[in-house]
Amino acid sequence: MTGAAEATAPHGPGTGDAPPVLALAGVSKSFGAVRALRDVSLELHAGEAHALAGENGAGKSTLVKTLSGVHRPDSGQVLMDGRPVEFHKPADAQRHGVAVIYQEPTMFPDLSVAENIFIGRQPRASLGRIDRGAMRARAAELFARLGVALDPEQPARGLSIADQQLVEIAKALSRDARVLIMDEPTAALSVNEVARLFTVVKALREQGCAVLFISHRLDEIFELCQRVTTLRDGAWIAGEAVAGLTHEALIRRMVGRDLDTLYPKLDAATGEVALKVHRLTREGVFTDVSFEVRRGEIVALAGLVGAGRSEVARAVFGVDRWDAGWVEVNGRRLPPASPTAAMSAGVALVPEDRRQQGLVMDQSIERNIGLTGLKRLRRGPVISRAAERDRARDWAIRLQLKFNRLSDAVNVLSGGNQQKVVLAKWLSTRPQVLIIDEPTRGIDVGTKAEVHRVLSELASDGMAVLMISSELPEVLGMADRVLVMQEGRLVAEIPRAEATEESVMTAAAGRTS
Amino acid sequence: MTAVTAGRSTRGIVDLVFRARELSIVLALAVLVAVTAAANGNFLSAQGLKDIFLNAAILALLAVGQSFVVITRNIDLSVGSVVGLVAFTVGDVLAANQGLGVGVAIVLGIVIGCVCGLVNGLLVSFGKVPALVVTLGTLYVIQGLDHAIAHGRQINAVDLPRSVLSLGNGSVLGIPYLPLITVVVMLAVGYYLRSYASGRDFYAIGSSPEAAGLAGVPVRRRVMAAYLLSGALAGLGGVLWLARFGTVVADDAHGWELQVVSAVVVGGVAITGGVGTVYGAALGALLLTTITSALVVLKVNPFWQQAITGALLLLAISVDRVLALRVARILRRRNARHGS
Ligand SMILES: Nc1ncnc2c1ncn2[C@@H]1O[C@H](COP(=O)(O)OP(=O)(O)OP(=O)(O)O)[C@@H](O)[C@H]1O
Ligand SMILES: [Mg+2]
Repeated sequence: MTGAAEATAPHGPGTGDAPPVLALAGVSKSFGAVRALRDVSLELHAGEAHALAGENGAGKSTLVKTLSGVHRPDSGQVLMDGRPVEFHKPADAQRHGVAVIYQEPTMFPDLSVAENIFIGRQPRASLGRIDRGAMRARAAELFARLGVALDPEQPARGLSIADQQLVEIAKALSRDARVLIMDEPTAALSVNEVARLFTVVKALREQGCAVLFISHRLDEIFELCQRVTTLRDGAWIAGEAVAGLTHEALIRRMVGRDLDTLYPKLDAATGEVALKVHRLTREGVFTDVSFEVRRGEIVALAGLVGAGRSEVARAVFGVDRWDAGWVEVNGRRLPPASPTAAMSAGVALVPEDRRQQGLVMDQSIERNIGLTGLKRLRRGPVISRAAERDRARDWAIRLQLKFNRLSDAVNVLSGGNQQKVVLAKWLSTRPQVLIIDEPTRGIDVGTKAEVHRVLSELASDGMAVLMISSELPEVLGMADRVLVMQEGRLVAEIPRAEATEESVMTAAAGRTS
Repeated sequence: MTAVTAGRSTRGIVDLVFRARELSIVLALAVLVAVTAAANGNFLSAQGLKDIFLNAAILALLAVGQSFVVITRNIDLSVGSVVGLVAFTVGDVLAANQGLGVGVAIVLGIVIGCVCGLVNGLLVSFGKVPALVVTLGTLYVIQGLDHAIAHGRQINAVDLPRSVLSLGNGSVLGIPYLPLITVVVMLAVGYYLRSYASGRDFYAIGSSPEAAGLAGVPVRRRVMAAYLLSGALAGLGGVLWLARFGTVVADDAHGWELQVVSAVVVGGVAITGGVGTVYGAALGALLLTTITSALVVLKVNPFWQQAITGALLLLAISVDRVLALRVARILRRRNARHGS
């Protein structure tokens, strides 16, 4: 290799002067009045993991869909190995060796997990028939590589979002692609699964695969990627090596300013017990769960994915039934399995699976935010449109929702902005007890701080908050008390002063000292 | 390891639920036949049975084509009109050209059916018009065309070649041709849908059209193919109709589309797509036909026949709904129990 070539090879070993495997050159894309991408360029090189950073609605998913043939650029080019290509549909990109994990799961609920992975590319036996045995074996092999225990023959319906995401990952891996694009693959995964995924992706990268990776967890970007491109409001801000970049610098590129504290926890005076859960048991799911949450308190429920935290939340709110035990709100017992009763007692649940359980996708933003507060907004028999809009606007601004008009349907919002709508919907009801499952999943750093600020304010106004979170820094930064669950049982209660990454993780992993 | 064994038993439950539909139709059939035969011995006579199978054959054939379409989350309401059009025009051509045989009749019928299916398919998959609207439209257009061609005339059995009539009434080894043809078609289509990659695409499309597009499934081509097949089988059904009845007027199979859709839904093909088998649909057709025959034998007012068909449809849909919820709950519980 000549000295000159070395000097112009900024992309790490092995890439040399080879043209990027896949690239965008000056691409713009608009949806009506929304300019989702403006003159964006990006190069993906073999053997390199490239991160795409930006706030919610910055245009990351739009960029992904331009690379994968879902959207066609209004102007600019997609280049493969340096030559312009036109992808008219996803199948075209797939033929060129581009595998994509989309932000929103793309499952076939009626088909088995194995068929979900191999649809259209099933292993063949004689006469072109599907070789089901081989298909099952290859799916099992993929799951083994990812270290997950999923049955390939199980129908996809009913899978948790984490499992859905793992199936999506397996689907993309099964393509043996030259380019692997992952739009927030880790949003629903816990630490262990992320670690496994990264091991697999790093191996692929070493074998020469080009990787594009999106995540709102900056640590992950720094761990996996060599380069990072930042978008803001659809515009290209920077493309640079990750080495030498600091968290603060990256946040500044994304947000356009410095961020003050990410965990603005206020000290609040704790009042009387608002939520009391006593020996709650649901057979085979969780056992003997007892705890209290006082007014003004933020209590975190920590643990690994699958420890039963969301299930407890759903039971407390009455979505699922329970077999034994009871739940009290402000000293009054709740009837089992009645969300209506829970709601009128002042409990709100922000569910984990927001897209499926929290939104009416083809209704407007203001309608969706207004859905839960209908009673309050009613003047006589009709809902006051003006009140609905005012309230929606307040919360939209507070959570930095990026939207065109409040009357737009929520399904045109970016993934993270949809999450914000659900948050706004529930927070705006000002419940007395707020149960919130993964409050900042899929939400960008800037808004994360804002969500934390809102939660903290609500608590200091006397709300009791039960927060489920898989992000340890969030748990440690926000909670007055940390409850740790492991395999359906509460195994530890750690006060704020003693809660450290280590103490929580040890309890969650089941090695209580 | 535990999670995997649990998964296996989950599959068992789910499989059972889906098999259950076919089993319960067979059971309902058995009960129905037993009760009716007890009340009237003639019901089980050779002739009685033959009539039921002959009557069910055409309906089941159409149900097989319809399930293809319904599995992709679409619907084809034009099949009744296609049967009518094909029966009349093919009859007309045969009556005018005495030299033509049964082979030409079948090919001609299938070609006409394919043309109708092509129009439906193009409008639904490329025109992006909702299937209900498109096929309701073509239902009336084809019906009108049929009337225009027939102009009040009637095709008479005596004018038809012998070979065509014997297709409708003849048999091989004691098995009438009509049900034989239906069974062969059903098995072939059923095998294709289950065992070929392109066959699975239809289920994927019905299960989630968006996801199918993203996964690289050629959605429009497959939907197109489903309509073509439904049209072709309706065309074949028209020829069988002509062969069986001999005497046809325009618009003979008027209203059959609803019977076909009922058979498909009763047979366990979800109207929302993605679920069901052609075997179930064919069994559904057999059940509806048997009910009609049984009610005739039992001398029940024909008005009740429709009411009972309707009730059965509602039952099937509610059972589907309840089962779907049950299964979803079971699966969620299993997943919750074993984490991930
Ligand atoms: N189909 C569409 N119709 C109209 N607007 C759209 C459509 N898809 C995306 N947008 C808009 O384009 C902008 C960029 O959205 P995009 O989904 O690319 O954001 P993102 O960077 O992926 O955000 P997130 O981190 O929340 O996933 C948003 O303002 C969004 O509302
Ligand atoms: Mg996105």
